Amino acid sequence: MTDIKLDLSTRAQAVRPRRRKIKWVHILSLILILAVLIGFAVLFLFPTVFTVTNSFMSATEISANYGKIFTGLGVSGDGGRVYIGEKVNLQLIPDKVSFSQYSTVLFKSPEYLLKFWNSVFFVLPIVVFQLAVAAGASYAFARVQTKFRAIVFFVYIILMLMPYQVTLVPNYIVDSYLGILNTRWAIILPGIFSPFSVFILTKFMRRIPSAMVEAAQLDGAGEWRIFTSIFLPLCRSTLYSVAILVFIDYWNMVEQPLVLLTDAEMYPLSVFLSKINEGDTGIALAIAVIYMVPPVLLFLYSEDYLIDGISYSASVKG
Amino acid sequence: MKENRSSADAVSVGSVKKTKVRPDRGKTKKKSFGLSRRDRKMALYTMPYMLPSILGVLTFFMLPFTVVIYYALIDNNSSANFVGLENFIELFKNAAFQKALRNTGMFSLTAVPLAVVLSLLLAILLDRQIPLRSTFRTIFLSPMIVPAASIILIWQVMFDYNGIVNEVIAVFGMQPIEWMKSDHGYIVAVILFLWKNIGYNMIMFMSALSAVPKDILEVAMLDGCGTVKRFFMIKLRYLASTISFVTIMSLINSFKVFREVYLLTGDYPYDTMYTLQHFMNNTFQGFNYQKLSSAAIVLALAMIVIIAILLWADNRLGRDLEE
Repeated sequence: MTDIKLDLSTRAQAVRPRRRKIKWVHILSLILILAVLIGFAVLFLFPTVFTVTNSFMSATEISANYGKIFTGLGVSGDGGRVYIGEKVNLQLIPDKVSFSQYSTVLFKSPEYLLKFWNSVFFVLPIVVFQLAVAAGASYAFARVQTKFRAIVFFVYIILMLMPYQVTLVPNYIVDSYLGILNTRWAIILPGIFSPFSVFILTKFMRRIPSAMVEAAQLDGAGEWRIFTSIFLPLCRSTLYSVAILVFIDYWNMVEQPLVLLTDAEMYPLSVFLSKINEGDTGIALAIAVIYMVPPVLLFLYSEDYLIDGISYSASVKG
Repeated sequence: MKENRSSADAVSVGSVKKTKVRPDRGKTKKKSFGLSRRDRKMALYTMPYMLPSILGVLTFFMLPFTVVIYYALIDNNSSANFVGLENFIELFKNAAFQKALRNTGMFSLTAVPLAVVLSLLLAILLDRQIPLRSTFRTIFLSPMIVPAASIILIWQVMFDYNGIVNEVIAVFGMQPIEWMKSDHGYIVAVILFLWKNIGYNMIMFMSALSAVPKDILEVAMLDGCGTVKRFFMIKLRYLASTISFVTIMSLINSFKVFREVYLLTGDYPYDTMYTLQHFMNNTFQGFNYQKLSSAAIVLALAMIVIIAILLWADNRLGRDLEE
């Protein structure tokens, strides 16, 4: 041991004359790296920040700036809409901060806000029940490994890796067989049994030392006791991470409602927003911002959990 | 008895000598496959916990998938004559399917490698002591949080014919481009995809990079190994399994770019932006179960093959690290 240490120190001494030069290179490279990172950061932030600031523009300011773009979409010809600028004028900061869009959305025409609640009623049950179902399944997967369970777990992984284009077809067939197409349940029920959270939770639960379980068993604890008093408390932060990931995924869903719902009234805001865009840009911006609020708050409040969740999911192997 | 003790020792020093734990862990796993009486009892007692999940997956995914296979092999649902692979041949002759498959394939082939490389680059840049490190991480992750529908307006403003992107490229003396109504729509889709997915991938790479054993890196540095060499000779080896997983996730997410394209351009976009999901949606509207089923099966098989190849490559690359 000491031999190695001696060796290291002599090496360090030999390197010393070159130290100064290396330091300058170091500072330069740091500046370069920061420049690259800041460039990327601007690109990444720009669309979101832009949406937020522009939602505070008044309707006239928006049509003056972007009328050229959005009149072409919904209304043919002039369509009664006034636009002034020939070129599209991208403006980050509004000339005059106005809350008129928000007051319209919140008070004058609440029908858009109803779609927001559509989203909530889809996503909340999915998050809660998917976690409940997955916690139980992961407990069983983590406690005992049998051949049957290994196969089932493998099937879950394959299922997790399948894109919507594959899984929506079986979902559609069952939903139509059960007669729940075009109802809330058509999306909620398949969502509850999505194997994604089983995968992450099992990976975490397998790390819980079996000695803890054995100690509890010696004290006479049954499976339910071990599950609720050892596994669930230990997984609390992982459960939270998974909940955030599932929430973000379903809050942003587009494919499922388009296929499984035919009635546009039932659409969550994640789909319905594109339909407002065609009509009134200002209102659409305000709703877009309102729709961002829950995930963004969740993110700012619990970023570390989210990052843990992503890191856990980062490998197919145990 | 003796064996037990040695395995317990290995666990207690597990944090120091990782290699010693591995073979032991493998052994206990293998033993439990042989199902001792105690294990069988435990398996029975824990069964109720996984039952809801298994029943749900069977009802909503596995059983209907057997129906999907059945539908793919018959001529239509009312007469139900067995036609073999005819539906698949029909599907591959279908012009819309060809277009969708080609577009999605091309898109994944460019967008996925770009996403992997760029996110790895960002992770490497952030894998050091720099000011505002966690702020950068937050910023790069933020697009993942923002719902696609919320920022569609901005993409429209940017990629419109009169939009800013055209103004910017005009500065460099380029002609304005009809982004949404030409072959360039494909570039827009790639940009939107990268914007949304790089952060997620970056986090996975960051956690993998922080797991590279520090002592190996230090020894290499003292032996005069430069930054570049250290990355390619050491870190990349430890990243192999993460790279393959990130590739798989990006591939799956690349099918989700439909969201942005749909929200931007609706059911029938310009030809190069017509994705597989557009094809599926339009087929759903036509209630053509045979076409739907055979398309789902083709896709599932393609995914399984690609994932198997990636996992196999991962195993080959990561194998020498295990010993």
